[in-house]
Amino acid sequence: MMPRPAAIGVNGLLFAASAIALFPLLWMVSTSLMSPGESSAYPPLLVPQQPTLDNYRELFARAGMGRYLANSLLLAVAVTALSMFFNVMAGYAFAKLRFAGRERIFRLMLGALVIPGQVAMVPLFLLLKHLGLVNSYGGIIVPALASIFGIFLVRQYALSIPDDLLEAARIDGASEWRIFGLVVVPLLRPIIVTLAVFTLLGTWNDFMWPLIVLTDQDLYTLPVALASLSREHVQDNELMMAGAVLTIVPVLVVFLVLQRYYIQGLTMGSVKA
Amino acid sequence: MKSSRVAWWFVGPALLVIAVFFVLPVLAGLAMSLTDFDIYALADLRNLRIVGLRNYAELLQRPLFWKALGNTLYFVVVGVPLSLAVSLGAALLLDSRFARFQPFFRTALFAPVVTTIVAVAVIWRHLLGTRYGFVNYALGAIGIAPIDWLGDPRFAMPAIIIFAVWKNFGYNMIILLAGLQSIPRDLYEAARIDGASALARFRYVTLPMLAPILTIVGILTVAGYFQLFAEPYVMTQGGPLQSTVSVLYFMYEEGFKWWNLGTASAVAFMLFLLIFAVTMLQLRQMRRAGIAR
Repeated sequence: MMPRPAAIGVNGLLFAASAIALFPLLWMVSTSLMSPGESSAYPPLLVPQQPTLDNYRELFARAGMGRYLANSLLLAVAVTALSMFFNVMAGYAFAKLRFAGRERIFRLMLGALVIPGQVAMVPLFLLLKHLGLVNSYGGIIVPALASIFGIFLVRQYALSIPDDLLEAARIDGASEWRIFGLVVVPLLRPIIVTLAVFTLLGTWNDFMWPLIVLTDQDLYTLPVALASLSREHVQDNELMMAGAVLTIVPVLVVFLVLQRYYIQGLTMGSVKA
Repeated sequence: MKSSRVAWWFVGPALLVIAVFFVLPVLAGLAMSLTDFDIYALADLRNLRIVGLRNYAELLQRPLFWKALGNTLYFVVVGVPLSLAVSLGAALLLDSRFARFQPFFRTALFAPVVTTIVAVAVIWRHLLGTRYGFVNYALGAIGIAPIDWLGDPRFAMPAIIIFAVWKNFGYNMIILLAGLQSIPRDLYEAARIDGASALARFRYVTLPMLAPILTIVGILTVAGYFQLFAEPYVMTQGGPLQSTVSVLYFMYEEGFKWWNLGTASAVAFMLFLLIFAVTMLQLRQMRRAGIAR
């Protein structure tokens, strides 16, 4: 065996690829700490000469970043918390409760997964307008209350709950709701965390739908605000990078902390689909 | 039956939401694409007329629609194979028995996937800047003259593809890595004993074993890449010379800038049909190759 050159090659390539993956993010953080105009230098500066938090102050003081941050946080948390109820209950029922048409409805839902969400956007906009939900938090929250993907994910996991366990609880006289709350939910915890992380990050990062449904600037989420700011402030590199940091860092932290759950859901969701 | 009634309370709320806010709009979209729904109908529904397939016919005569379709196909045809190749390469490296610090490298390579697309598009817009951008600086170091990435119609789409590959490859990498790890090690051992080179082992062991997952990942990636929107919205606003207008970007402008909601619905449906047709084609290919289980 002569693993030396191969080991150096593999690890060298991994290091180079990781550097390319991370460089834009590191560059963003570094540039966000530069003073205005500093990043427009040749050759490009990699670190600020005098790190400053002025860009962040400016974002909060004048660009209303606090408001957008609060909107994003509120929507992501609300959608995640509420949709969890709908999806977990339905996913469990599709796996373990018997009702007429269960298989047929499930197959139809799986089929509907191929329809891209954008096909529904125009009529959904009109529907929400009719319900008075356009230009309100409700316009984001209500359509996101249940998702086929979420139900599917929970169902796949819930299939592994032993029927005997549920039967035993039923014989003991527990109602279906008690069984769900006391037996099923604790067993489903890993997939609940997985789905919660997916939903949280998905809602936080979503762009096209908030762009359409939130027209009032006070309701903008971070991505919508950032896109609009970046169209106005094409030259303010450093300011934009501070905005990007505020948008990206929260999701990156959530991901790093709950990485295991995220990756698990990812492999589970697609290998089965 | 009692248990059946309780079950409906479990699934009912979710199904109701999906029916009202997804199924109904999809069907309504199909109906709307047959009308001349515009800003006047938005104000007063009495201005609405049914026009049959006229929206579709007119779209097929609009140069910009064809341009958007062409751009989107360019993005899919070049972007997806490139994306898959990078994902597979990264997964193979991570799966290598020589790889060290695997958890660190995996997380680092995956990080771009969880980032907010708008924010990283803003970053890349600056990295790709002609005069002060880092990409041109790095290319300059190896003797390549500055490229006007986002201002030159020849380079704008390649720039967006490079950005998309950077942003997305980690996703498929994780799935392919799981696939690689499930390949029994003795297969490689047997091939090694038979004297197969590393390349031969990849060709005759890895690829066939990975084919089912690779195909599924391919289908999902194609469907995802057809939905190109945020990248051109933030990085190029469809320009220069409409070289990065995608089908969805076209739909967005048609529907929510000009309020031609009937036309926008028709665009959405054509995109759906296109994705559907391509998916079916890939599935058939997959069955013909005997990959389907």
